Amino acid sequence: MRAVDAIMECLKAEGVDAVFGLPGGANLPTYDALYDAGIRHILVRHEQGAGHAAAGYAKATGRVGVALATSGPGATNLVTAIADAVMDSVPTVFITGQVRTELLGTDGFQEADISGITMPIVKHSMMIHDPRDIPRSIHEAFHIARTGRPGPVLVDVPQDLSRADINYEPIDSVSLPGYKPTTEGNVKQIRLAAKALANARRPVLYVGGGVINAGGSKELTELALSDRFPVTCTLMGLGAFGAPHDQWLGMPGMHGTRTANYTIDEADLVCAIGARFDDRVTGKLSEFAPRAKFIHIDVDPAEISKNVPAHIPIVGDAKRILPKLTREYRALETDPTRLDGWWQRIRGWQEKYPLAYVDSEDSEIKPQYMIEALYEATGGDAIVTSDVGQHQMWVAQYYDFAKPRRWLNSGGLGTMGVGLPFAMGAAVGCPEETVVCVAGDGSMQMNTQELATCVDERIPVKVFIMNNGYLGMVRQWQELFWDRRYSSVDIGGPSPDWVKLADAYGALGMRVSDKAELPEVMRTALAAEGPVVVDVRVTKEENTYPMIPAGQPARDMVG
Amino acid sequence: MGEPATQEILDLRDLQVPGARPGRRHILSILVENKPGVLARVAGLFARRGFNIATLAVGPTDDSTVSRVTLTVDGAVHPIDQVTKQLHKLVNVIKIRDLEPDETVARELALFKISADADSRAQIMQFTDIFRGKVIDVSKRSVTVEVTGTDDKIEAFERMIRPFGLIEMVRTGEIAVSRGRAVT
Ligand SMILES: Cc1ncc(C[n+]2csc(CCOP(=O)(O)OP(=O)(O)O)c2C)c(N)n1
Repeated sequence: MRAVDAIMECLKAEGVDAVFGLPGGANLPTYDALYDAGIRHILVRHEQGAGHAAAGYAKATGRVGVALATSGPGATNLVTAIADAVMDSVPTVFITGQVRTELLGTDGFQEADISGITMPIVKHSMMIHDPRDIPRSIHEAFHIARTGRPGPVLVDVPQDLSRADINYEPIDSVSLPGYKPTTEGNVKQIRLAAKALANARRPVLYVGGGVINAGGSKELTELALSDRFPVTCTLMGLGAFGAPHDQWLGMPGMHGTRTANYTIDEADLVCAIGARFDDRVTGKLSEFAPRAKFIHIDVDPAEISKNVPAHIPIVGDAKRILPKLTREYRALETDPTRLDGWWQRIRGWQEKYPLAYVDSEDSEIKPQYMIEALYEATGGDAIVTSDVGQHQMWVAQYYDFAKPRRWLNSGGLGTMGVGLPFAMGAAVGCPEETVVCVAGDGSMQMNTQELATCVDERIPVKVFIMNNGYLGMVRQWQELFWDRRYSSVDIGGPSPDWVKLADAYGALGMRVSDKAELPEVMRTALAAEGPVVVDVRVTKEENTYPMIPAGQPARDMVG
Repeated sequence: MGEPATQEILDLRDLQVPGARPGRRHILSILVENKPGVLARVAGLFARRGFNIATLAVGPTDDSTVSRVTLTVDGAVHPIDQVTKQLHKLVNVIKIRDLEPDETVARELALFKISADADSRAQIMQFTDIFRGKVIDVSKRSVTVEVTGTDDKIEAFERMIRPFGLIEMVRTGEIAVSRGRAVT
């Protein structure tokens, strides 16, 4: 059969039910095979949308997301999505068309060295040289994308090779000599970690997106509840430990809660699980958790002692390690009152510094109120995506995520414009769920074109634009650190008219600027059948607080 | 995993960070799959993580599907554990050995093109002898010498002949194997 038909067989064998992409010359054969392959193809309007949608699908379902693009500009349009996926460890496979082999290296029409361009931002990439390698390469790509620390894998297929006739035989396992992720965790180290936890007076569990990737939320919760361990989850880890909860401290870091940051600051033992000590979490690294010893559990050995030296490193899969750690810990039968003093201190912070904002006294919609209203309207149980900026932080702060894979955003790369395509991918992967995108009025314009995809493909995402008329987060920094010199951040208008724009795309457009009307508008939007765009006019110059100014220690939070 | 441990006092103050080794020059012997672009991946990784490669040598091994990259890095500048762990993340990297200097034989080949007239030629050839080098080309106004050895030896030779006028120097970068019967 043709190699492209074999690709379809491989995709089906990998359980792929939907792919996102856009055709062109170099991947015409792929699209010909796709025509009647029985795999749903979502035709995006820009390849960046396909890349992020594949990631959204993966984040929401835990399965590998797939995006297709043609050579040259099609492939380069995927670059931001690939970089985003590598930073946030999203299992994705990108299959690009490439010019015919005879044109390779000649600057042929629509030739771009996409494996070269993406080399620093992929987990792995493969350039096909022999059509007979195609099926194995596809399976290897899925295997690498999904296992260990997940990430994006690129497969670049020259057009002529993709049409070649090959002998296809199903492949049921792959083995790569240089790729053997460690999963189990060293028993002695786990035991030592249990002992350290038992002897700590001021412990804290610092949980990252790795726990969600591992599917280890239940196991994490069991560890947390095996004693009264305080828990904080990073931006990527929100939902790994169900909020709200008595042991929940909120998010740590730049816009985290004071309680989470102060708890880490005074901790004598930080148990990091699937987290990577990002600078947005640690603030000034040399003053991060200055009194603490560190347990670091991660499936990627290179994360351990990269930023913070780990006293007890444990390499492996959180889902496998955490039950062993819990069992070891339970066997130590620690004194339950041991943490009383610590909790007293933590409760003190919680009472003194709750997340709070001053609500308007008139009809103005405060952005924080908007998120609280959304939480109410969705019963706290939607899949929520966001773009990047102030609105993202407010969702993270004010929407209590009770379950994993409900909060999809761009943490590592901070990519504006992911909200709509993430939501699109999530809605395709989880058709039973309510999928909501909280967009920034700036970010939303970076992938607005995907509204057409949502309408045409009947993907019923509900977009709530937090419209403050500014590139808000940048404006906030200019206000606080650049003398209020608002340089190129005013996008307040009057363009675009979101209601008309939604209407032009065939989506339902609504606008609301009165606090009293907001809940009703939200309910209407959520109940509507197709895609909806709600232009929510909020306070223009509200700041996201609290905040650790960049490069400062966590205890110097402001606001 | 056997019986759980019993409660024992562990003073958190006693916990130390394991594996923090003192900085020195490291020779990494890396087996990679012999596939297009693999060297670019290794070199690109060093560039983007800000690790400095001191020397780099690439060549085939006894297995045609596998190549060996030997590279030296200054461990005082870069934590060597980070370097090797990041390298391990490259799917085409099969095996990495951080060779212990005492248990390793390392060699490098260098070619020196030195200005030489009738007077200085004899002296240069004498140094070459002392360093067990070989004269491989002679012209009216130059001598070209081949020297093999550790990088110390090559640098020592370079110091000796520099005063004569070093026209050019070409070095391969070190290659190394472990001492004894065991495979590197
Ligand atoms: C692609 C991209 N370009 C620029 C930035 C820098 N940036 C970070 S936040 C932000 C403002 C985002 O504005 P908006 O989407 O309206 O969200 P708000 O902060 O107002 O909630 C910008 C420009 C970015 N993160 N991503």
